[in-house]
Amino acid sequence: MTSPAGERKELPIRRDDDVVRVRQLVRSYAQQAKLSLVDQTKLVTATSELARNTLTYGGGGVADVEIVADTRRRGVRASFIDEGPGIADVELAFTDGWTSGKGLGLGLSGARRLVDEFNLTTEVGRGTTVTVTKWGR
Amino acid sequence: MERVPILKIGDVLLVSIQVDLEDQSVVALQEDLAERISSTGAHGVVIDISAVEIVDSFIGRMFATIASISRLFDADTVVVGMRPAVAITLVELGLTLGEVRTALDLEKGLAVLRRLGADREVRIEVDEDDEPVQAFS
Repeated sequence: MTSPAGERKELPIRRDDDVVRVRQLVRSYAQQAKLSLVDQTKLVTATSELARNTLTYGGGGVADVEIVADTRRRGVRASFIDEGPGIADVELAFTDGWTSGKGLGLGLSGARRLVDEFNLTTEVGRGTTVTVTKWGR
Repeated sequence: MERVPILKIGDVLLVSIQVDLEDQSVVALQEDLAERISSTGAHGVVIDISAVEIVDSFIGRMFATIASISRLFDADTVVVGMRPAVAITLVELGLTLGEVRTALDLEKGLAVLRRLGADREVRIEVDEDDEPVQAFS
């Protein structure tokens, strides 16, 4: 669906400071979509976790961020796309406290709790795409 | 990479995070603080996050790590100034911050450190007393 606002941008996630740029872009879109301050904070936090996952576990990738709208409301959708190793056991990856790396194991499960829509597709050896959406109230 | 300045006031180290930190800067701050606590013998660390718009699991873990490190140097850490939206998001993310002490603002944070410092002095007096039994008679 195309957004009436037409705002859409793709950012690379290759280095630490790219994660900061993703956060800033998501915040700016969330403000434009008139999300409440709490919802902005939740969405930016979720995308920070997901961008870091893309960098740490996916070996880098891109973030595709856009302002979306349906008949009643506007929101922000962000996709995190990598061509990394994929996730072999998705259920395990969503377990609070479980981590395959050095994290706290809150990234995926925590991010899912902070957004309205969460979609994950992954294929071992091919990569992972996580798409999240937060709607204005 | 941004480096966060560490100020020393009496026996307290004060860190005020004013910019959106990349992960590397967070790690650097952790190391700088450990170094400064050790070299100054400070008894307290205050981390002011009143300007921080999001706390994700990475920066949250840094608070917990600094609190643990400071304890090894007989110093206490207090995180002050958390924004309401950040607090709501942290709880939903699932990050409890464990043993990290928090206070509403800098003033209250310093009061917490003074109180803990007073406890410490009492402890030292008791420890150094040659006749501890008499001290309580």
